[in-house]
Amino acid sequence: MISLFSTTKDLIMQIDNFIDLTVTASLHLQEGIREYMGGRFDDFEKRLGVVLDAENNADNLRKEIESRLYSQTLIPESRGDVLGVLESMDTIIDTSKGTLFEFSIEKPVIPEDLKTDFVSLTDPVIKSVEALAYGARAFFYDVYSVKDHIHIVKFYEKECDSASERIKRKIFASDMGLSQKMQLKNLISQIDSMADDAEIIADRLSIASIKRIV
Amino acid sequence: MSAFLFITSGLFLGWSLGANDAANIFGTAVGSKMVKFRTAAVVSGIFIIIGAVMSGSGAARTLGTLGTVNEIGGSFIVALSAGITVYWMTVADMPVSTTQAIVGAIIGWNFFSGSLTDYGSLSTIVSTWVICPLLTAVFAMALYKVMKIFLKKTRIHLLKQDTMTRIGLIIVGGFGAFSLGANNIANVMGVFVYVSPFKPLELGMVTLSDSTILFLLGGLAIAIGVFTYSRKVIDTVGSKILKLTPEAALVVVLSTSLVLFLFASENLENFLASHGLPTLPLVPVSSSQGVIGAVVGIGLIHGGKELNIQVLARVASAWVTAPVMAAVISFVSLFIFQNVFNQQVFRPVHYEVSGEVAAKMKSEGMDESMAEKLLGTQYAGSMAYNAFLKEKYPALSREQRDRIIALSKINDLKVDILKISRELMSGWFSGPEAESILLINSRQYRHLWQLHDDLIGIYPGWKYLPAHKKNRIHNGEIRAKIEYLKRSFSLKANVNGGTAR
Repeated sequence: MISLFSTTKDLIMQIDNFIDLTVTASLHLQEGIREYMGGRFDDFEKRLGVVLDAENNADNLRKEIESRLYSQTLIPESRGDVLGVLESMDTIIDTSKGTLFEFSIEKPVIPEDLKTDFVSLTDPVIKSVEALAYGARAFFYDVYSVKDHIHIVKFYEKECDSASERIKRKIFASDMGLSQKMQLKNLISQIDSMADDAEIIADRLSIASIKRIV
Repeated sequence: MSAFLFITSGLFLGWSLGANDAANIFGTAVGSKMVKFRTAAVVSGIFIIIGAVMSGSGAARTLGTLGTVNEIGGSFIVALSAGITVYWMTVADMPVSTTQAIVGAIIGWNFFSGSLTDYGSLSTIVSTWVICPLLTAVFAMALYKVMKIFLKKTRIHLLKQDTMTRIGLIIVGGFGAFSLGANNIANVMGVFVYVSPFKPLELGMVTLSDSTILFLLGGLAIAIGVFTYSRKVIDTVGSKILKLTPEAALVVVLSTSLVLFLFASENLENFLASHGLPTLPLVPVSSSQGVIGAVVGIGLIHGGKELNIQVLARVASAWVTAPVMAAVISFVSLFIFQNVFNQQVFRPVHYEVSGEVAAKMKSEGMDESMAEKLLGTQYAGSMAYNAFLKEKYPALSREQRDRIIALSKINDLKVDILKISRELMSGWFSGPEAESILLINSRQYRHLWQLHDDLIGIYPGWKYLPAHKKNRIHNGEIRAKIEYLKRSFSLKANVNGGTAR
């Protein structure tokens, strides 16, 4: 019986670590963009390496959690929902890595007056991912409070939308070439998509928690 | 007919019981996918066998419900009919009460043998269909609410909660399996103790007595029933009526065991009564009916829309069908067994109002002129005797008629302490009780009440105490002991008498 509880404890830790990695990946995105904007390209590349490792870790963790939940037939009622949410949260880490990769490959030239906009766009993204992480944790510990966190995710997703719209307007109102405008617009959309993903996952979490409460 | 063949019907009944009743203990756990079927089968198999073997001595004394049948051929058919009925219901995925099927089969035997049916057992069956599910439904609803509040307050991690629920389901299921084995082994094997063809088995340091081998076999039969054929009924209870969440699954088994413990435990009632505490009314309960009530209770909490009414209606109709079907199968089979196979299926019971019986009736305050008129009356079969009394003395109440029938029943007993040496040494009889039996050794009695009166004359502790809750256990014990003495000292060789041993 003791080993049964220690196995459970182990799995709880793995799920917590996975959620941590999601938040960490979004924090790395912000720091990476800050480094890129500050011209510290070596630091930026190192950070990309860290995010790559985090993504690998997250993948392995998710697979292990998945196989343990299935092989030990744990939480039969919520297993599908939990795995679905964890799988979707993995996309946040993927997007974080993908965005940094694009900066690394494309080496976009960012006009001085847009640099702070890029960095500030990551603020609501991080906040929405953080709120999602709180919500995901609450799903396991205190399902009744999930809705409070989901509300925050939705708030920051909207903030992110309006920030990205503002920056895009600024880009297209400038006298840059169209190709540069399109490149920057795509990067903005990619950063913004993390908050969109957080909102989609929050909806999924909301349905899963309603299923558990009813 | 070989004793082995007789035992097969008990084993078949055990197998059907395992196949049907496993659903009561592990149905919701397996249905909610919290416990694998294999795990449930292994746990219940082990605990059923332990329960069956450990309660062996009790079963030998009480013989179970089948003890009322007074010929081994009759017991064989009654057990077989109950087994066929329960098997039939299992094929139809319907959870039914095995005890009710046995009682139904006994009613068939009563009709065939002309014995009077105890109407108390009939009303017990009918009230179990209604009261038991109602009680468990209310308990399940309350417990479910409490559990929801508890989980909300304690904030236990979903995975920890999952582990705890799983462990809870296995522990409660294990206890359930233990009591399933302990409570039903008497029905499955009790009557066959007296024709046991086995010899004590030496296994190194342990010796298995012949009856222990019998109970082990009975337990194994129940366990094999669980392993081989319980899946269908488990699915009906666990998922077809209502899809249960893990917590709901635990609430169902918990509330069923709680109702069984609170409303069927004479020990609890005795404990409360002897401490001057208010007691709970004892009502007839059955785990088969209880578990369905609890599932419905959970369904009602959610508005009842998810309940599969069609399956529920089929289950309820199966409850009614099972005892009726068992009675019919039993009656027809007894006819065939007696007339085609030329086997004795019942021993006619004779009744006679001798001078002693008439005197006893007067001493108990019955109408003197009636006692005089009845003097010399002789009858075969309690049904006919009862009909005669009813017609001749319509003013008599049912209790009075029952008492006259009991007093005039001819038992023909001869006290022989060698026949009960095992029980005398086991400590089941208290010191003064054993001494009083020793003092009447070799005496012969025509009626059972004469033996009882003699015992009371030597040791007043043999007396029944006034009918009161706190005396129920004492009276039950006295009744069981007197019944045991009757079976053991009977001069007529039969399955339920010690002489056949």
